[in-house]
This record gives sequence, C-alpha cells and structure tokens, in this order.
Amino acid sequence: MSFLRPEFSIISEWIQPGSRVLDMGCGDGTLLGHLRDTRQVTGYGLEIAPDNIRRCVEAGISVIQTDLDAGLSDFEQDSFDYVLMTQTLQAVRYPERLLDEMLRIGRQGIVTFPNFAHWSLRLHLALRGRMPVSKALPDSWYNTPNIHLCTVRDFEELCQDKGIRILERTLCDDRYRAGLGARLLPNLMGAIALYRFKRH
Amino acid sequence: MPKELPADSVGFITPQSLHFDEPLTLDCGRTLPNFDLTFETYGELNAERSNAVLVMHALSGNHHAAGYHDGDRKPGWWDACIGPGKPIDTNRFHVVCCNNLGGCHGSTGPLSTNPETGRPYGADFPVVTVRDWVRSQARLADRLGINRWAAVVGGSLGGMQALQWSIDFPDRCHAAVIIAAAPRLSAQNIGFNEVARQAIMSDPEFHGGRYAEYGVVPARGLALARMLGHITYLSDDAMGAKFGRSLRNGRLSFDFNVDFEVESYLRYQGQSFVGRFDANTYLLMTKALDYFDPAAEHGDELAAALARGRTRFLVVSFTSDWRFSPARSREIVRALLDRDREVVYSEIEAHQGHDAFLMPLPNYVNVFNAYMQGLAREVGA
Repeated sequence: MSFLRPEFSIISEWIQPGSRVLDMGCGDGTLLGHLRDTRQVTGYGLEIAPDNIRRCVEAGISVIQTDLDAGLSDFEQDSFDYVLMTQTLQAVRYPERLLDEMLRIGRQGIVTFPNFAHWSLRLHLALRGRMPVSKALPDSWYNTPNIHLCTVRDFEELCQDKGIRILERTLCDDRYRAGLGARLLPNLMGAIALYRFKRH
Repeated sequence: MPKELPADSVGFITPQSLHFDEPLTLDCGRTLPNFDLTFETYGELNAERSNAVLVMHALSGNHHAAGYHDGDRKPGWWDACIGPGKPIDTNRFHVVCCNNLGGCHGSTGPLSTNPETGRPYGADFPVVTVRDWVRSQARLADRLGINRWAAVVGGSLGGMQALQWSIDFPDRCHAAVIIAAAPRLSAQNIGFNEVARQAIMSDPEFHGGRYAEYGVVPARGLALARMLGHITYLSDDAMGAKFGRSLRNGRLSFDFNVDFEVESYLRYQGQSFVGRFDANTYLLMTKALDYFDPAAEHGDELAAALARGRTRFLVVSFTSDWRFSPARSREIVRALLDRDREVVYSEIEAHQGHDAFLMPLPNYVNVFNAYMQGLAREVGA
C-alpha cells in the first residue's frame, strides 16, 4: 500500500476536519486511519477481502464486509459528508451505478483512478500492440481486477452526462507529482486522476 | 478426556453455582421466587475488574463452554474459541458462561423442584425469554462484582442474548460480539421450531410435560426434534461432503431401516441428545427463540431499540448458514449504521452452515482474534 500514500495526503487536504466518511474499497484501512488521525473523521470502510478486513480490525477501523457490486442499500441517503473510492472505480462491475450511489449516500464524492490515456500507456499499446502494463496498472489483461478502465476525458464526459459537478481535480504522474505537463495536458500527461465532485 | 491436555486448553474445569434469593419477575408475568445459576469461569479477573467476558450459549448448549470436565472425552462446546491464545484469550480475559434459566444442566429449570409444590417444575416452568435470561445474567454479574463486561459474546441464540444485553444494559457492555444470529426469527425459523415442539409434544410419553412423574422421557420426540434441528444447522454442501449418498451396509436394504450413512448419523445424534437434554427445556429454548424480537416494542425499528449507549459491535455471519443467513446479520449491521455505532461486520466464506460458528475456521478466528485483542487493549486486559 505504501505507493498509495501520497494520494492519501492529497485526499486528506480535500476533507474538512471532523467529517463523516465512507471509504468504499478501503483495503487495509490505511486511508481511514490516516483521516481519523489527521482529520478527526468518523465513518466506515467497505471491503471484501478477508485479509483486509482483519487488518482493518487490527487498525481499529469500523469495516463492513461488503460486495460493492451487490449495491449499497444498507446506507441511507445523505448519511456521509464524503464517500471515497480510491483506485476502485475501474474494478467494479457497475461504475456508473456506483457513482449514483456515492452521491445518494454522500454529499460529496472523491474518486481516484489510473488514467488510461496517459502517454506511456498510449505508446505501449501503439508500439507493442499489447494491453499496457505500468506501475499504476501492474496486472496483465487476464488477471487484472480492472475491468472498467477509463480516461480523464471519459470520466469527465460521464460526469457531465450525469449532472455531476466536479469541484476539484488533480492529475499527477505515477509518483504523485503534479507537474506542469499534467496541468496543461491532463489526459496525456496525467497517470493518476483524483476528483472531488457533488451533485449539481 | 484426552491423555494429555492441549496447551491451548483452559484445562480441567469445575462448574460453580450461585443461589439468588431475590424474586425474579419474568416477561410472562410470573415470578421465580428464587433461582440458581450454574456457571463456569476461565481466566483471572483483573484487579480493575475490567476484563470480564460473558459468553452465552445457544439452544442446546450450557455453561460448559471450554476445557474438560473430569472424565469427559470432549471439551466444552466453544473450546475452539476460548482458551490461551484463542480469540477469547483466557490469558487476558476472565470468561463467564452460565447455564440459562430453564436449562437442564444445573440452573433452575423444569428439572428443579418448584418451591411452591415441592415437586419438579416440569411443564409448569414458566416460559422464559431472552430478556429474562439477560436479567438473570445481570444478577450474576452483580454477585460476581462485574459492573461492566469487556464484551458480551454469543453465537446463534447466544448472539441474540448479546444483542439484548446491548439494548437493556448498554452501559454494562463495552462491546457486543454477535455471531450467526438474527434480530428476530423468520416464519421459516419459527416453523422449524414448531415442528420440533410437535415432535416432542406428540410423543405418547410426553404426558403434557409431566413425563417425570410417569418415570419416562419422550425420547422419540426429542430425538426427532434434534434430528430436524441438526439438518438445519448444516448446509447441503456440508452434508454432501460428510455423507454424500454413502450406504451403511454397501447395498440398499429395500426396507425402512437405515440405508444411508446420513440416516445413521442423524439417528445417532438424536438418540445421544436424549441422554443429555430435557424435553421441556427444549420446548422452552425454542419458545425463547421464537419470542425474541427486540425491535417489536420500538415500532419494529431495530435502530430505535439500539438508541442508547456506546457499545461497539462485531457482527459475524457465515455464507452457507441458511438458518440465520448473512442477510439476517446485515439487518443488525444496518440498524447499527443507522445509529452511527462502531461496528465491524465480517461475512465468513464457509460451507459448514450454521454450525460454522463453533469451528476454528481461519478467517473467522483471525478476525475474531483481532477484534478481541483490540478490546483487550481498550479495557486494559
């Protein structure tokens, strides 16, 4: 998880202290623990893998074993200030439905995902003619959990279609440096995309 | 009793008993003028009295949760989870487990003498509820000098008691661990219980519950009830893996004796149960299950029942448990989420059915263990 930590500090700056947070696909609870310790947030993590559940329990995180693909009907409307989904959107069966659910349950959503239009991936595909593999996307096509990869442009178009208002966007390289390139040409130069958004 | 005690056993255990003189008014409106509770303890109570864990038993269980009684071949019913280094770690926690009122293993129940008549209660023993049990357990806690449990813990009907504790005495439970339970029984659950009761009550030797006066027991009825219960505690997969269609004698008999191994197993389970359980107690326990419904007096809102206190929760279910399915555990979780309570929910992949809660399955033991270790740190155990 250590390579995700820079992402967590960016997210942490987006979150008002003392908020109530739901982290969908919370892994071992590192982000929630970080937010609890630095931002005094309360809330829950949702996770499916038993080993991660155990690690969350060890970290004192309230974790609910949940299959995100099975829906989130256990949660009331507007019951969280933020619903987070880090590096998970591309791995769920129904990303669009889950975005709707995020904004039903929470007042704001935060997602992060690998930008599939990053120049290195484009080059990989163009030159080698094979599914790109990178630091942000380390798995092969046949064993990757990422079944709904998208680009910055794809995501923003979906948000527009769904009436989702993007409040903040950060593009950075795979070492979480937000350079000039990623600012000027986000869809080409950004390896990781981070968004904060709400309903219109 | 094994030749050598396992290192992670609590060892040889002698049950204890306490007599309670103050009358206990029950939900049914009747009063027990006095009562006894038989219980066991494992592990030392610390000086702050902060490390006590109450373990509550299910339908056919009793106070003997862990360790060995002299001469016994098998340990207590939850030995997989109670002992040194086990999830309920007796190096850190002081564990108390009592036989419930209405039981047949030492606590006041149908086999006890009714002080008003001088004869055994038998069928006259009042119908007790989960709330009654919790009240009596609170009296036991008072006598043991335990003001606040580090955790109230149980599986199945035991988990329901843990939930009831957190509702009735939220300030006395730091945490509640609710395993393979449900917030109330479904019609299907009640249906199974009713068939079990009918099996007992229609046995010609039942005599309206006064069988002791006739010097008999409704053995066939009680065995049938147990056989039925046993099927519902296992999954189709578990029974398939254990017995399949294996034949007892290698060929079909073309009569109505035992053909299949599963028949032989169920008959054995039924018959051996008769020797260690009382039919009137079985009736009482199934009624307590049927009546359990803490949301009922809160407009059917479980979240409303859980309005008070800051007890934290661990809720565990097992994927193949169809008696109390994961969906039923999630009803409890949902109510806790509505109340913004600290809760961990774990749905364990297991093929063993409802009985999985008694088994040392790695994912189950790991999450249970991690949770209890966290509690131990919080309460200074």
